[in-house]
Amino acid sequence: MAKHATPLLDQLESGPWPSFVSDIKQEAAARAANKNGLDYQLPVDTPEDLLGILELSYEEKETHWKHGGIVGVFGYGGGVIGRYCDQPEKFPGVAHFHTVRVAQPSGKYYSTKFLRDLCDIWDLRGSGITNMHGSTGDIVLLGTQTPQLEEIFYELTHKMNVDLGGSGSNLRTPAACLGQSRCEFACYNTQDMCYQLTMDYQDELHRPAFPYKFKFKFDGCPNGCVCAMARSDFAVVGTWKDDIKIDQEKVKAYVAGEFKPNAGAHSGRDWGKFDIQAEVVSRCPGKCISWDGSKLSIKTADCLRCMHCINTMPRALHIGNERGASILLGAKAPVVDGAQMGSLLIPFINCDAPYDDVKEVIEKIWDWWMEEGKNRERVGETMKRLSFQKLLEVTEVEAEAYHVKEPRSNPYIFFKEEEVPGGWDRDLQAYRQRHQR
Amino acid sequence: MADKDVIIEFLNSKSASKSKFYFKDFTELFPDKGPREVKKVLTQLVNEEVLEFWSSGSTTMYGLKGAGKQSAAEGES
Repeated sequence: MAKHATPLLDQLESGPWPSFVSDIKQEAAARAANKNGLDYQLPVDTPEDLLGILELSYEEKETHWKHGGIVGVFGYGGGVIGRYCDQPEKFPGVAHFHTVRVAQPSGKYYSTKFLRDLCDIWDLRGSGITNMHGSTGDIVLLGTQTPQLEEIFYELTHKMNVDLGGSGSNLRTPAACLGQSRCEFACYNTQDMCYQLTMDYQDELHRPAFPYKFKFKFDGCPNGCVCAMARSDFAVVGTWKDDIKIDQEKVKAYVAGEFKPNAGAHSGRDWGKFDIQAEVVSRCPGKCISWDGSKLSIKTADCLRCMHCINTMPRALHIGNERGASILLGAKAPVVDGAQMGSLLIPFINCDAPYDDVKEVIEKIWDWWMEEGKNRERVGETMKRLSFQKLLEVTEVEAEAYHVKEPRSNPYIFFKEEEVPGGWDRDLQAYRQRHQR
Repeated sequence: MADKDVIIEFLNSKSASKSKFYFKDFTELFPDKGPREVKKVLTQLVNEEVLEFWSSGSTTMYGLKGAGKQSAAEGES
């Protein structure tokens, strides 16, 4: 029988979707059975107490978790988040319930051995409950106590060759899509760039000195499988400069119904015959595609890199050959200010290893934000407060039309005198000869 | 005065009212130094176990080791 009655949580199991309540109950049962005879370092009923305290919060409609703490591993300012409950006598299994963040492998490729070893550590020294993966993309190990932290850290780093992730006012665990390892749309090696920048910026990951969190994400193409444009302060999104490559014979094959559009992804119901005009041409946001019945044409200058045509007809269309990435800055979820998407800073940057071009931009932004950012201010908020123009200045990027979001209503690019040929001075007499008062 | 002592004296002078400080509180103590130089001094003090980190999960602060109520209140001192 369950340690705590949880009628409100039980109700959550009745929906059609997988339930975290069922998962925690399963873990509670597994710990109670202890088939492997483990010498659990946390109370065996920790998962049951977790359910109990959550049920209490549902009843009372207020949290019983306290805020933060001093816990961590020696020398690291992130990776461990102190969590304590305010009902330790009632729920001793979760009196201390610290979170440990672990850096996920680039592109989230695991061997089963890695996952088993990770679970072995966590069954012994933690609650056994994990979150694969957290919002930032890292492995989240939920619930352990302070004496276990250094032990866990030692085993992770020495036996599994993996490090803690980022938390607090740090660079957060960088995340990449699986990129060129499996995806034909990837315009650069996302996994390698993610790995290299993680290694190069260890100090920023583990020793907090930023005004607030800072996230990198690396998407290989604008499909955005790690949502870099929406979820990272510094988004690197693969793109290309030249024309989308078109295989006209394959286009005709799609039109003739020989290939399923979207590689058969929408086969759950009958959508009728593939209509290239309705499903591709008229859906192009740049209105740059035309189909004359036998030939598909794309005007590259008007292409917005939305990926829709390539996604729909992947055997006929392919990304261009001149590949690199765009950099967007400032995406965030709402906290101090509202949510915002990234703003395009650099439309095309070289993405060849060792990624010095990208690192140069990152470091200029950090230097500025560390000086000018207020406490708990994301770089996107600093950018809004001090102007996009200021960001262009510190990153030494010249203002271009694509930096202006809304001409006239929001003309935030102002030229300085030294940027204008001839400056502000003019010959008033000559002017008056041409223009009477 | 050595940089480390400036930091420790600052923390002691504030100890009656506050025990945890943002990184920027320390950069203001060294107007002639960049944030990265200040970070090196703070990191050294953390490694010497004079300072310790406090983290809410989203924000990190620095304080003198053992200062404030945190460790005693959690029964983990």
